[in-house]
Amino acid sequence: MAERYSSFEPKGTRWLLQRLTAAFLVVVLAFHFMTLHFVNHAADVTFAGTQMRMQQPGYFVTMVAFGLTATFHGVNGVYNALVNQGIEGTGKTAVKWVLIVAALLLGVQIIRVATVMAGVSIA
Amino acid sequence: MSQSYDRGLIEDFGRWTEFSAGMWAWIFHKFTGWVLIGYLFTHIAVLSTAMSGPEVYTSTLQGLEALLIVRFLEVGLLAVAVFHILNGVRLLFVDLGVGLESQDRSFYASLVLTGAIVIASIPTFLAGAI
Repeated sequence: MAERYSSFEPKGTRWLLQRLTAAFLVVVLAFHFMTLHFVNHAADVTFAGTQMRMQQPGYFVTMVAFGLTATFHGVNGVYNALVNQGIEGTGKTAVKWVLIVAALLLGVQIIRVATVMAGVSIA
Repeated sequence: MSQSYDRGLIEDFGRWTEFSAGMWAWIFHKFTGWVLIGYLFTHIAVLSTAMSGPEVYTSTLQGLEALLIVRFLEVGLLAVAVFHILNGVRLLFVDLGVGLESQDRSFYASLVLTGAIVIASIPTFLAGAI
């Protein structure tokens, strides 16, 4: 049996980006869960501990890339799920722009929060 | 190799008893995806308390972790995330044309492995709350 139930047109750009971001997220999400639930217990998280982690350049870059990639993967997934449900015309255009604006706002907020956590001030 | 397949109207949930394993995998992946994107916005909102000062961030996170319902929600989030990851890996293999004949079994394996990981993680997630 070789049935496929994908929301995407195979080989499209959104299809490819969803797969590439998924491959990255699989690794980083597992790392994130391990770091903040098993290595460090979530109940013991403090700003000082968060800042110590976020001041390591590699961790900072990984977490920002994680947030931005997750944002794209999530929004792209929602858009394609709605297209798959049959949304079209004005509704499709409206959904697209609402998701783009939401993703941009979330992306900016992720960077702002990350810099505050790292103790970096950006004007 | 990609081949088209007329899956019929999956949106017609009235015929859910006819759904195959692949259909359920599709539905679960969509459901867990919606939960995860919703959680991402919530998670960043909570972490944004860092912008109000270190004390607000620490007290907010520790205050939430002190609530038993939050611990159970975290277990639910783990279940959702683990299934989305495992089924996502399964989908990547399917897209690469690997294991096409084992799609049903790999879906069941994703469910079983998700259950095992979540059950094994419950003590860690509930530690200190009960």
